[in-house]
Amino acid sequence: MIQAERQVDVRPPLGHIEVEDFALSYETIEGSVEAVSNTRIHVKPGEFVSIVGPSGCGKSTLLNAVAGFLKPTSGKVTVDGEAVNGPSAERGMVFQQYSLFPWKTVRENVEFGLKMRGMPRAQRERAARTLLGLAGLEAFEKHYPERLSGGMKQRVGIVRALATGPKVLLLDEPFGALDAQTRVIMQQILTNLWQRLKISVLFVTHDIDEAIFLSDRVYCMTARPGSIKAEIPIPLERPRQQSMMMSSEFLALKRGLMSLIREESLKAMGGEITDLGMQGLNIDLHGHSLAEIL
Amino acid sequence: MLRQEEPAEIVVKEEPIAVATPERRRSFGTLAARWYRLNKESLRAVAIGAISLFVFLVVWHLLTTYRVVLFVRFTNVPAPLEVYASFTKAIHDPKFLMHIVLSCRRILIGFSLAAVVGVPLGLVMGRFKLIHEIIFPVAEVLRPIPAIAWVPMAIMLWPTNEQSIVFITFLGSFFPILVNTLHGMSLVDPVLVRAAQCLGARESSIFREVYFPASLPHIFTGLTVGMGVAWVSLIAAEMISGQYGIGYFTWEAYSLVQYADIALGMIAIGVLGLGSSLLIRGAGQLVMPWRMK
Repeated sequence: MIQAERQVDVRPPLGHIEVEDFALSYETIEGSVEAVSNTRIHVKPGEFVSIVGPSGCGKSTLLNAVAGFLKPTSGKVTVDGEAVNGPSAERGMVFQQYSLFPWKTVRENVEFGLKMRGMPRAQRERAARTLLGLAGLEAFEKHYPERLSGGMKQRVGIVRALATGPKVLLLDEPFGALDAQTRVIMQQILTNLWQRLKISVLFVTHDIDEAIFLSDRVYCMTARPGSIKAEIPIPLERPRQQSMMMSSEFLALKRGLMSLIREESLKAMGGEITDLGMQGLNIDLHGHSLAEIL
Repeated sequence: MLRQEEPAEIVVKEEPIAVATPERRRSFGTLAARWYRLNKESLRAVAIGAISLFVFLVVWHLLTTYRVVLFVRFTNVPAPLEVYASFTKAIHDPKFLMHIVLSCRRILIGFSLAAVVGVPLGLVMGRFKLIHEIIFPVAEVLRPIPAIAWVPMAIMLWPTNEQSIVFITFLGSFFPILVNTLHGMSLVDPVLVRAAQCLGARESSIFREVYFPASLPHIFTGLTVGMGVAWVSLIAAEMISGQYGIGYFTWEAYSLVQYADIALGMIAIGVLGLGSSLLIRGAGQLVMPWRMK
């Protein structure tokens, strides 16, 4: 483990993300549609920030703009004062669909960023092994991704994004496809890595528990066109334990966030569904099966 | 790696886990029995395949010895034993071997040229819109023309007969290879491209490390189909304008009323076609180890 500490270079706290007056719209035949409007967020160096919001609110759009895949229609995105234009290895990204290269072994996947940087083979092999060790995957270095479980794939995805030593790590619902037990373990691994590497993290999720458990701060977005509805600091102490998820402090935060999102989700569903309308959906079958009634 | 953070009240009961015990020496008989149990399905397939081939030969034998005429006339069709006799004669005949060698050489040159031109062209067309827009219409117009229809044109275009036959073989395999490579390029997962980009990959690296390997399965589909069409085109070209080659051999046998040689030529073509597609499949497995089951 001592060797591992030495290999992963601890860099000065960098990675200050700033998104100012951000708006993004796209053109359709009917005119332009606003996906995100008037948004302002920031992530301080070494901070863990999550974005939650109803589906389709543009939280992934926002993340993709920080990654450099999308250009804002107006406003600006900067990292450490430099404007983002185009993707770069300075901003590592983890995708929900894992997006590992199927034709590369686990180690080759992790090495990819270093290879692109021109690091000699022996050196990048050593670096990749160390990183795989941190994620408990050294035994699988020669496997092809197809043979790994979802949780293992995503650990490779995270380690691959961290291998080049990025200033910020962007994660787009990375654990959305995993089962609940695996997700909890993955959250702990991510927290672990984040604390060791002192990297800034911007994390998009629709899972409120996950957002509170992981973050220093949570942004809650409105329904489309998405903008920031609320910014909630999470004062829970670190290191966080799974048992904290039962604490009254955690539950209070959860209650607050849930009601915020519920409001927006209802709006996102067209605004027609009111609380009363939803009660109307509870049709009493009086013990009969649906087939009998029809 | 993971620290257990939950209180230790939960007692995990150690259950004996069933594992294979390789250290215990098994007798040959047990091993054979195990092997049989594990490979039952494939053995069954092989056995049924062998029986079905045998039945085919028997039916062929009966139809020809009794000279059955059932709308289809088997009067002049050679019996399997006659074909076998002409086969044993042919393998000692240097002329027959030369026919085969020449056909294989034409396939090798024509098919290789098609692969060397078709795969890179497909990759570049799949990546660069302008090149696609320029070349695709021409390719679409030429593609439906069967390679055999090119025979008169090929004879006019090329100075020697040999060259025109190779050209026709090339044409036959070129379009399947091109079209499948293009198809593979169109199916490359854009998320993988984005993943490569935010790991610092530039255009040329993305091409080499993402687009090319992602398209390989379809490229090999194209090569397999292309090889099949290459044989079809070659045999047709040899029958029409050839002087040597297994297609010419088969046609010549008909002209010389050597009926057993017709069947021999046909079987030789079938075996060569099968062999060359097995070669391509083997190459595919070598090049794409991640797709091995």
